[in-house]
Amino acid sequence: MRNTIVSLLAVVFGLLAGAILMAVTGHNPIEGYTYLMQGGLKNTERLGNTLATATPLIFTGLSVAFAFRTGLFNIGAAGQMLIGGLCATAIGLTFDWPRTVLLAAMVLAGFIGGAVWAFLPGLLKAKYNVHEVVSTIMLNWIAFWTVNYAVPAYFKAESLETESRILPEAATLRVPGLTEMFDGSYINLGIFLGLIAVIVMAFLIDRTTLGYELKAVGFNRHAAEYGGIAVNRSIVVSMLISGGLAGLGGMVQYTGNAANIQIGILPSQGFDGIAVALLGANSPVGVLLAAIFFGLLYSGRGFMNAMTEVPPEIADSIIAIIIYFAATSILIERLVRRFKGRLPLNRSGTAPQQGKGE
Amino acid sequence: MGELWTILQQIAPYAIVFTIPLLITALGALFSERSGVVNIGLEGLMVVGAFMGAFIVFRLQETMDNKAAAIWIGLLAAFAAGVVFSLLHAFASINLSANQVISGTAINMLAGALTIFLSRNMTGSGNIRIQQGFLPFDIPLLSDIPLLGPLLFTKTYWTTWLILLIVAISTFTLYKTPFGLRLRSCGEHPHAAEAAGINVRGMRYIGVMISGGFSALGGAIIIMTFSGEFSGTVSGLGFLALAALIFGQWRPLGILAATLFFGFASTVANVSQAIPSLAVIPPFVLKVFPYVVTLIALVLFSKTSRAPKAAGEPFDSAKR
Repeated sequence: MRNTIVSLLAVVFGLLAGAILMAVTGHNPIEGYTYLMQGGLKNTERLGNTLATATPLIFTGLSVAFAFRTGLFNIGAAGQMLIGGLCATAIGLTFDWPRTVLLAAMVLAGFIGGAVWAFLPGLLKAKYNVHEVVSTIMLNWIAFWTVNYAVPAYFKAESLETESRILPEAATLRVPGLTEMFDGSYINLGIFLGLIAVIVMAFLIDRTTLGYELKAVGFNRHAAEYGGIAVNRSIVVSMLISGGLAGLGGMVQYTGNAANIQIGILPSQGFDGIAVALLGANSPVGVLLAAIFFGLLYSGRGFMNAMTEVPPEIADSIIAIIIYFAATSILIERLVRRFKGRLPLNRSGTAPQQGKGE
Repeated sequence: MGELWTILQQIAPYAIVFTIPLLITALGALFSERSGVVNIGLEGLMVVGAFMGAFIVFRLQETMDNKAAAIWIGLLAAFAAGVVFSLLHAFASINLSANQVISGTAINMLAGALTIFLSRNMTGSGNIRIQQGFLPFDIPLLSDIPLLGPLLFTKTYWTTWLILLIVAISTFTLYKTPFGLRLRSCGEHPHAAEAAGINVRGMRYIGVMISGGFSALGGAIIIMTFSGEFSGTVSGLGFLALAALIFGQWRPLGILAATLFFGFASTVANVSQAIPSLAVIPPFVLKVFPYVVTLIALVLFSKTSRAPKAAGEPFDSAKR
């Protein structure tokens, strides 16, 4: 409950700050926001695009959130996405299997690719106490260069040096039924994979022994160890799953939203995953909602930019401001407390109140 | 051997130019972490400096005849912008006990988005190209010294010497002055520091602000030496500076060595195709070399890490 209030207020403050930003740069905020919302929701095609834009964010958000739950900060979702996407693309371009088998193999490859890329930081953290923030950043760049050289060498497009060949239709997540239902939107099966991932993660975290152990390590590493939990193993497992989720994010991005993989760019969705996880308070449902909200901002900004003079980066700015407010949640909590403090009943100290809020 | 020397001579000027922004950024982060605040927002602060520097120089060079003066003013403006922007991180981590890694990430995202947003509003484009940056020159006499001359004193920039001077002054300040001792004590034992009458929060503010200013200076130097154009990113150099800080084990000389290593490794990777004896190595290997070495170094140093003990922990003076 407390988390929900903090997240909602962070969104409100972020949107307000965005409005101020538009106003001081000489734009009309109401007009800007109207077109932003219209751009993401106006018709079924735009709605479909919003959901499609949200799809990779669901995965990277879950990825970061999952690691957070074990007390790990996976800033390497971008690299894991690239490798997951590369593995899935490689399968899709190489094999000519029946579609169901092929897609299943690609999902598996995406997960494994991402998991392998996160395994090393997990291992280094568990065995040598190397901070995962630095090691995952290093691996982001190694992934960047891996894709940069692997794609032109093995999967080069006929004309373009900078991207892979286009996947055959059977090897993409797009299905005609869904495309028609949403009037030609690029929405695809990825969104269903995302929903499944949300449910699986919720189950794993809240209903299994593994989830309990991982959370225990996140709350207090030493207490967990004292309680007989294999802390080092938990760290590695958590990173494997986190990386796998990010790898799936790459798979849905490059074989669903797009039909091939591009070189020379670290996918921004990897870093946005941090924002999604933070706004979603690391809960699976929260991540889902946050991803859809960010998907809306991202897919609406093009229309807004076409209809007004507001640069599209306003969406990114709003997201960044929201994250700043979410990170400084104490500020919001103080405000809430001051507001509540006017009611005489809640005057009795702050610590018990926090417990009640959970 | 002779050929290797020739290659070294050829790439040294470029490698040094590439090293300098990394060096000043990592040095700034040293102040921040030594005072007890982890600053992962280096990348964003560099972007802020790159933007501010490019914008000011772009505008001034339209009207001013003295192109060089415009560049120096741009550097100063960038420094100031970095200090101001870093206050966001300082306020979050010092006053609000925020998770410093998340706050730093917010800084990175905010800088990347906001600077392009402002750039489009103020110049109509997301890219800002400056008319003229610093020009490289050979230092008279010194560049004629055999061996060292071609390596260190040819095709050099004023900023290189300015930053090296700042490194020297910083080292002296951190280790030989009361201020430096106080700052470092806040990153090791903040409660002991407070008991000794040191204003821990104030010291940490200073640490973060120095980091902000230095990072921004680094970002602006990129524009004014080898890049010439702001494009909303510094391509991961801020993160590389963070790695250099750890690689250098939180010491100025260590940082100098680590950033020089990154500078040379990146330059070698960039020019390898043009130099026959390097072209035999697959470019991929050269490109990932710095990152792989950093990973290995992190493992090797893990047992003897000299990270400031209290870095990353919010300071709560009531908690003893």
